[in-house]
Amino acid sequence: MKKNRIIAQIGLYVILVLLAILFLFPLVWMVVSSFKTEPEIFADLKSFKAFVPYTFSLDNYTGVFERIPFIRYLLTSTLYVSVIVLLGLFVNSLAAYAFARMQFKGRDLLFSVVVALIIIPFESILLPLYLIIDEFDWLNTYQALIIPFIANAFNIFMFRQFFLNLPKELEESARMDGASTLRIFFQIVIPLSKPVFITVALLTFITHWGDFMWPLIATTDDSVRPLQVGMQFFFHQPPVKYGHVMAALTMATIPLLIIFVFFQKYYVQGIASAGMKN
Amino acid sequence: MEPVTQKTNVNNALPTVSPKQRKRKNLYTSYGFVGPAIILLFVFLILPAVLALYFSFTNYYLLTPENTKFVGMENYKRLAEDSLFLKSLGNTALFVVIVVPVQTLVALALALLVNQKLMGIKFFRMAFFAPVVTSMVIVSILWTFIYNPDNGLANSILNIVGLGPFQFLTDKDQAMYSIIFMSIWQGAGYQMMIFLAGLQEIPDHLYEAASIDGANAWQKLIHITIPGIRNILVFIAIVTMIAATKLFIQPFVMTQGGPLDSTKTLVYMVYETGFKFRDVGYSSAIAILFFLIVLIISILQRRFIKENTE
Repeated sequence: MKKNRIIAQIGLYVILVLLAILFLFPLVWMVVSSFKTEPEIFADLKSFKAFVPYTFSLDNYTGVFERIPFIRYLLTSTLYVSVIVLLGLFVNSLAAYAFARMQFKGRDLLFSVVVALIIIPFESILLPLYLIIDEFDWLNTYQALIIPFIANAFNIFMFRQFFLNLPKELEESARMDGASTLRIFFQIVIPLSKPVFITVALLTFITHWGDFMWPLIATTDDSVRPLQVGMQFFFHQPPVKYGHVMAALTMATIPLLIIFVFFQKYYVQGIASAGMKN
Repeated sequence: MEPVTQKTNVNNALPTVSPKQRKRKNLYTSYGFVGPAIILLFVFLILPAVLALYFSFTNYYLLTPENTKFVGMENYKRLAEDSLFLKSLGNTALFVVIVVPVQTLVALALALLVNQKLMGIKFFRMAFFAPVVTSMVIVSILWTFIYNPDNGLANSILNIVGLGPFQFLTDKDQAMYSIIFMSIWQGAGYQMMIFLAGLQEIPDHLYEAASIDGANAWQKLIHITIPGIRNILVFIAIVTMIAATKLFIQPFVMTQGGPLDSTKTLVYMVYETGFKFRDVGYSSAIAILFFLIVLIISILQRRFIKENTE
């Protein structure tokens, strides 16, 4: 009986290791190749050496910096995504608080409109949005990348759910003491709502970090071009060098990796709770 | 200095403020709170959605907006006869029909595997999740290299087990399947994490009781695990389905919709007819149709989950 269990465990590990190889080999190849020369990358394709980091040259990395404004792409992405996150947290949580706690005419109707908006896929409003942004003369500006994405119906919904579950007593006693609604919101509600703020911030950051289609059409040059679009242009820009592209891809992966390492717990909780609630 | 006195009044909650004044002030506060979000949603979501619907009934051409005329259902009729559109619809459907069940089952299998108490299980969880951490553009570029028929890893690896060589993205019959494989590889880890959270919610005593009753692993899976995560299963299937109908980045980066339009999708066509051919009217009709498809899936989701919880 015990012997059977050991065999079962070994079998399980074999499956896990094979799967881990399947999920990791492209990424390992990417990182390892970024430190190799072009002939080495091609020579190693047919052998296990493709995954062995036996040379460590930074030439591909300097090559990337010579050919594209990589740092600029990176800063652009970081900046515009961070601004969406910060302004979004503010605007959406304020709206959600009003929907959760205040009495005003048309509240329930307005909220059901907001919920209905969640269904509209961004891809279906792409072209009219482009024309509106053009009307504002915002094409190829940060405004185009940021302002349409500050308000987010789903995030309002998430915030409201959380606020509804907060105990009312603290807010009520603060109101008795004469605190204004805005003050109650900032000094009492926000500190109690840290988890939902972190989750929404994280999900918003990750979503917009991966934005591609909109920046592709809303930006026309490197001055405001974000990382994802910059990568796509670099990939199709001759001469296509595997080493250069691998170095660029490796660097482009680092920011999100950092986010995950630091916020892993919140992220997993976030996607899990999003899954449970629905 | 009227505003100042008003402010002190409110702060001290003095009886000098009449209930009526107070009510009005509350109303202003409420609208101040929801206002920014509502205005932004209106200008950048509701307005474009209404415009998309409107454009879909016109012959709006981007370069000659002055000639725009109302054409009724013309664009929608054109869709029914457009072989490229029908092909894109079919390609999108193929992607959805394979990715949704396969990715969901792969994710569930992975979650069951990493839900066991084994040494080093955390490493395997992170390994399966690793592709999610990269963005879709990055993995699409990476896999275009891997799928290179002459100088690609995929053929080298398959060669070891005696398969191939394949043409992958350069063959019209293989390109979509290559994209499907990569997409599942990239996305399964995400769903795995959601499943994992669901699995950990199932109380241990249910399994213990089943063991005492002599149930085997398969019976436990069918009678305890699956019912325990049924809602999550439906949720994941629907979310994956909606995401899959939006397929765009992979074909755009890897194949530009080719070869022979074999990886052209609905959203790809919205983009191409709108921004390349500048045919706003026709592009909007495709966008509206796409929206309706997503809407139907969302309604189905509500139905399913309601039935399950009842």
